[in-house]
Amino acid sequence: MAAWIDHLAVAPILLPLAASALMLLFDERRRGAKLAVAMLTTIALVGISIVLVGRAGSAAAIVYAIGGWPAPFGITLIVDRLSAMMLALASVLGLASLIYASARWDRGGPRFHALFLLQLMGLNGAFLTGDLFNLFVFFEVLLAASYGLLLHGSGRARVSAALHYVTINVATSLLFLVGASLIYGTTGTLNIADLAIRMPSVPESDRMLLQSGLAILGVAFLIKAAMWPVGFWLPTTYSAASPPVAALFAILSKVGVYAVLRVLLLGRGGEAADPASIAGQWLQAGGMATILFGTIGVLASRTLSRLAGFSLIISSGILLATIAGGGPLAGALFYLVSSTLAVGALYLLIEPIARNEAEPNVAAAADPVFEDEVVHDPDDEGDEVGVVIPATLAILGGGFLMCALLLAGLPPLSGFVAKFAIIDGLLDAQPPIGWARWTLIALIIVSGMATIIAASRAGIDLLWASERAPRTLRLAEAAPVGLLLALCLGLTVFAGPAYVYMEAAARALPGAAGPPPGVAR
Amino acid sequence: MEIVLALGIGVLTASGVWLVLRPRTFQVVLGLSLMSYAVNLFIYTMGRLRVDAPAIVGRDAAPDPAAYADPLPQALVLTAIVISFAMTALLLVVLLVSRGLTGNDHVDGDEP
Repeated sequence: MAAWIDHLAVAPILLPLAASALMLLFDERRRGAKLAVAMLTTIALVGISIVLVGRAGSAAAIVYAIGGWPAPFGITLIVDRLSAMMLALASVLGLASLIYASARWDRGGPRFHALFLLQLMGLNGAFLTGDLFNLFVFFEVLLAASYGLLLHGSGRARVSAALHYVTINVATSLLFLVGASLIYGTTGTLNIADLAIRMPSVPESDRMLLQSGLAILGVAFLIKAAMWPVGFWLPTTYSAASPPVAALFAILSKVGVYAVLRVLLLGRGGEAADPASIAGQWLQAGGMATILFGTIGVLASRTLSRLAGFSLIISSGILLATIAGGGPLAGALFYLVSSTLAVGALYLLIEPIARNEAEPNVAAAADPVFEDEVVHDPDDEGDEVGVVIPATLAILGGGFLMCALLLAGLPPLSGFVAKFAIIDGLLDAQPPIGWARWTLIALIIVSGMATIIAASRAGIDLLWASERAPRTLRLAEAAPVGLLLALCLGLTVFAGPAYVYMEAAARALPGAAGPPPGVAR
Repeated sequence: MEIVLALGIGVLTASGVWLVLRPRTFQVVLGLSLMSYAVNLFIYTMGRLRVDAPAIVGRDAAPDPAAYADPLPQALVLTAIVISFAMTALLLVVLLVSRGLTGNDHVDGDEP
């Protein structure tokens, strides 16, 4: 294998970092140049991640030692099927949000593009790293960028939401540090692969400390993944964010789920491998409570953005309960991709749909703070991407219908394939299917039904029963939604190859007790 | 020494948690700072407590690892300090913006 492709492993981190550093050299008057740099970088990231997916699917994982330091001492980046898939998901979602933002939102405040690329860098780093403390650092990078992006556009609601969001996440980071240092103190390593080897040989006297370290780390991850009862912050925060930012945030909660997959499953190694271990039971119960919480929230939400937020909570719950309950990991991964794309598309649709409801909610332009900042009027029409397309109602309605079908898990789209794979895997286990599995299956179906009820209510209200026709829909606002939904469609058509890829990804996970043998066919 | 350090971490954490649960934004920021000090000390202790042991190996050909303190937690603490410092600064800015926009310093933006 050529050496250059191994070096691509570090490109998803270095490229956005270098590009956003470059942008700091220009002031806001050069918005066009910044947009071009950001767009090129994001397109390059999509290309790189596709190459990495192809590479990971055909050969062994790339283990990239940063600085050439050998594995347990230096920091490694790992490109296996799972991390390559998450990279591709993040970069595609990033591209879609950036195209959408180019229509007008990137003028709502300064330094949008630099923060946006740093956010992508943090996400990519968190997916790639093979080191626990480095995971913390990339979490902080993506959180710091997300604070800036959440505040983008300013306004009272955003600042108030950001105050809560920053406080919760700073406290969460402290928990992460306590957990990581307890694990280091008992095992003497921070390399995740090395941890898997050393964990079984931890002496009996230290086992308690190790397990509490894992548990504290787990709480930190689950706050990010928005598990009930620590996921209350998500709908409020995300509905306060500007639409392109919220669409990108759709993958942030999946970072928590990804970390659970990578790190917490290590704790299931050794004698605690069965899903009936205490942590597994808690995680499963918590996941199911999360689905219930999300279902009630979806039914109760009166705005589309809260509906999207609670759909995210439902998807986190389904993922956590499936992973912890020994369900099919490949089905869970399929669901992860499909639901992230669908929620991203829904967040992008919200603003064009709501535009015909009331007066357009203009992106409030923040006042300049530093002297290099120039504030543009977000509704300034004289821009190059403002092609207004006709038949907006049909496009918005069609897009919304597809999002609703995807989130509810109705055929014929990929949401159905994903939920079917999960339920089928849960039923495929050894004959006595416990009450926990039956409850989970029931919850998955009920949550889908609640989503369809809430979505049809909102759709009738906003699309059919509204007085005025939608004003305008720009190409740059319709295209990213189309891109995300087309990917879901592609995921449906090529569900076979995608599922085979995800099964292989799931088999490579540490402590993958499941999927039960019947699932692989 | 262990008991002093344990008490110090405990008192810092307890005060920090109490302050974070208070209704004023500045109290919350102070509480988070105190908690981050406690966590930094905690990380430091995870490398085991040693007195008079350097963390950097000299030029000896074959150093004895038992004579040295674990350098890794010290490096981790350094990173954690920098990050929590930056986050506190950011939180202070958000606090001021919130104060300016809402006219009060309650964490929810409204007096109950």
